[in-house]
Amino acid sequence: MDEGLPACEVPLVSDAEIMAVCEGYGNDPHRMLDILRDLQDRFRCISPQILTVVAKQTGSTRVAVEGVATFYSFLSLTPKGRVTIRLCDDIVDRFSGLAEVTEAFETELGIKLGHTSRDGAFSLDYTPCIGLCDQAPAAMINDIVVTNLTVEKVRGIMAALKSGKSPEALISERFGELKPHERATRMVDNNIRHAGPVLLGPVPEDAGLRKALDLAPADIVDAVEASGLRGCGGAGFVTGRKWRFAAQEPAERRFIFCNADEGEPGTFKDRVLLTERPHLLIEGMTIAAKAVGAKEGVLYLRGEYVYLRELLQSVIEERRERGLLGPAILGVEGFDFDLRIQMGAGAYICGEEGALISSCEGLPGEPKTRPPFPVTKGYLGFPTVVNNVETFCNVARILDRGAEWFHALGAGGSHGTKLFSVSGDCLNPGVYELAYGMTMRDFLSLVGGEEAAAVQVGGPSGTMIARDSFHRRLSFDDLTTGGAITIFGPERNILEIVEYYISFFVHESCGYCTPCRVGNVFLQRAIGKFRKGLANPKDIEYLKDLSATIIETSRCGLGTTSPRPILETMENFPLVYSALAKPSKDRIRATFDIQAAIDDARKLAKRRSYIFDRDFGQ
Amino acid sequence: MSGSDFTFEIDGVEITARSGQTIMEAADEAGVYIPRLCDHEGLRHQGSCRVCTVKAGGRSVAACTQPAAPGLKVENETPHITKLRRDLVEMLFHEGNHLCPICEASGNCELQAMAYRLDMTGPTRFPYLEPSRGVDASHPDIALDTNRCISCGRCIRASQDVDHKGVFGYVGRGIHRRLAVNGSDLAHTDAAITDDAISKDVCPVGCIIRKGVGFTTPIGEREFDKGLIGHEIEGKRDE
Repeated sequence: MDEGLPACEVPLVSDAEIMAVCEGYGNDPHRMLDILRDLQDRFRCISPQILTVVAKQTGSTRVAVEGVATFYSFLSLTPKGRVTIRLCDDIVDRFSGLAEVTEAFETELGIKLGHTSRDGAFSLDYTPCIGLCDQAPAAMINDIVVTNLTVEKVRGIMAALKSGKSPEALISERFGELKPHERATRMVDNNIRHAGPVLLGPVPEDAGLRKALDLAPADIVDAVEASGLRGCGGAGFVTGRKWRFAAQEPAERRFIFCNADEGEPGTFKDRVLLTERPHLLIEGMTIAAKAVGAKEGVLYLRGEYVYLRELLQSVIEERRERGLLGPAILGVEGFDFDLRIQMGAGAYICGEEGALISSCEGLPGEPKTRPPFPVTKGYLGFPTVVNNVETFCNVARILDRGAEWFHALGAGGSHGTKLFSVSGDCLNPGVYELAYGMTMRDFLSLVGGEEAAAVQVGGPSGTMIARDSFHRRLSFDDLTTGGAITIFGPERNILEIVEYYISFFVHESCGYCTPCRVGNVFLQRAIGKFRKGLANPKDIEYLKDLSATIIETSRCGLGTTSPRPILETMENFPLVYSALAKPSKDRIRATFDIQAAIDDARKLAKRRSYIFDRDFGQ
Repeated sequence: MSGSDFTFEIDGVEITARSGQTIMEAADEAGVYIPRLCDHEGLRHQGSCRVCTVKAGGRSVAACTQPAAPGLKVENETPHITKLRRDLVEMLFHEGNHLCPICEASGNCELQAMAYRLDMTGPTRFPYLEPSRGVDASHPDIALDTNRCISCGRCIRASQDVDHKGVFGYVGRGIHRRLAVNGSDLAHTDAAITDDAISKDVCPVGCIIRKGVGFTTPIGEREFDKGLIGHEIEGKRDE
């Protein structure tokens, strides 16, 4: 089998071509991510020459450009294939036949995972959750996605690609003639299983925006606050209060950012809103702009959702033509708002609002020091409201139907409805819009997951509950969630899931602060010991102790939640750990491998050991 | 105390602060030492090593970036926080290759000195990650061993903000994040031995090496042979 090494050659490019790309973005260093994405697409890598020319054009240093190029998973310093296949490596994909699918791709391509073919035609990689858990296994092939993969399907895909067909032709022979919405829905099923009254039921066009026209900005903020709406991305901050802070801050410019970077493994509800409710989303952003006095916005779309870019771009253009975006919206003098799409490039951390802003500023996606908070000093130092896709969609509906209507839906301190992304071991995976307050038991019977032994609520940074907790309710007061519900049947290995989740955090940590950068690697190693049956009882205490340090000292939400898969399963599935932790025999650490330890010395000395090489000694 | 000054407490000691000061800035002026590695006088705060973690009003924050506030109660050198800091310092030791007996920074090294201050005296529980990156000795006056780098970023900020050069930067993400130079190697940058970024106080460990001067001060007469790290700041209080 061709190992794909040495890597294929860096393509020859003229400086003028690179400069032309930079000029397309006004040589603006804040557009660094767009520039590098564009160059990666054209030349398949960010070569040393590209680093140097981009630095010169944008007035940056080469090492700063390299810092961006090496931060995002979808950018590469070494050449990628003309067709890059990225298999979704989520735990749900692993439980749905990812290993067989991977092997089929490797066989068909003649390269191993992580390699590029020598002719530069294909690359094969893993990438964390691409938001398609309800139709796993899934993969990105350049800018398109393929779902429900089987070995048969892989053979068909590879036969087509090898015969010279474009990835788009895999979706439809007349892909070019399809409308953007049709392209998206041909690739991906929405799987809307339950439509509620707020978001997925019938929605009148721009009714909320028209009502907002007659309201003073402060009245809009009041209405949103009175509705009880809280951020739907997971953290649950009161939306109206966020807007109030931004509106109060004296500033020349203000920004409305939409966080469409849903990267929490098992979450995909924003994908469905972006596909089916893009007008509602932008309507909500436009209302927010009026409320806080912003004229500019950014829709930050995760790199994995690049297949939706065209659809969203066409919606933005349509709204401009209809006077719903741009200067004097709906003829109202002084009500100006427009936005652009910022593509991400494979970095979960960019879902953190400070990191998202850093990414839009052309920097590596590192969270910012708080305070100051983005609402007072965000993008380029101006007040910036960052809200989730679902939050903005809710806003448009609240303005249309009234705060009281929204407030009356739900239970306790959780108002409105919630979109749940359901995947894993159940009969009906997909998206459900439900009122807050349902018990997990009722929820599982609704989705056909009664057999569940464990449910991950809110993705890896949420909580994993066992059967004895299925009476708990889905709401901000009990089981809070950004919407991911991942169901695991009794045959699943809890530690395999935990190891996947902690490895995900190791992969996605930005590396800025010590505890998250280093501590998570230690957690991953320790879980590996349990998986191999080499753990002793002290390791349980070690895991708890190390987790506590990481949580207490990390700089942002990634580090303060990354140990949760371990702590939550220790709490709710204690036998899983105690059954695997055995006291060491003969006071020798089970992890100590004498053969591995002496191997280097054995090779250096070109001698074998009478004591440890049994066959040699005897 | 002027009109805008206020007071707050660190471990029961009353500290006077000016509006806009961070907890650490106010503490330094008052002669209360808060352990730190990535923070360095004259450079902007980064808040990345987290060794300056304190409890302020019950919340864990980095003292170098957190603004002081009137009436705030801050816990600094409690057994619990010292334990957290020791964990962080141990993480840094285990992330890189820190072999004090063969390192020319020994005695001048802030990481080593911090370990002593935090009572890191025995073997640790963490695994060693043992990086094996090549040493960059291309420059006539300077060498760079990033296996000893603790990602404090002090050289990056000094080169950008003091030298106005940008010789250093971070590349990579997560555990692969590391220090890199603005060129194919150090000789292909405009780094100079006279740069602030290269001066002896900026790199806290033995990563940036000034050639030819490593052992001019013998072991035993080095910076931290004189006293625990932080003694200079704490000295202010006794005056």
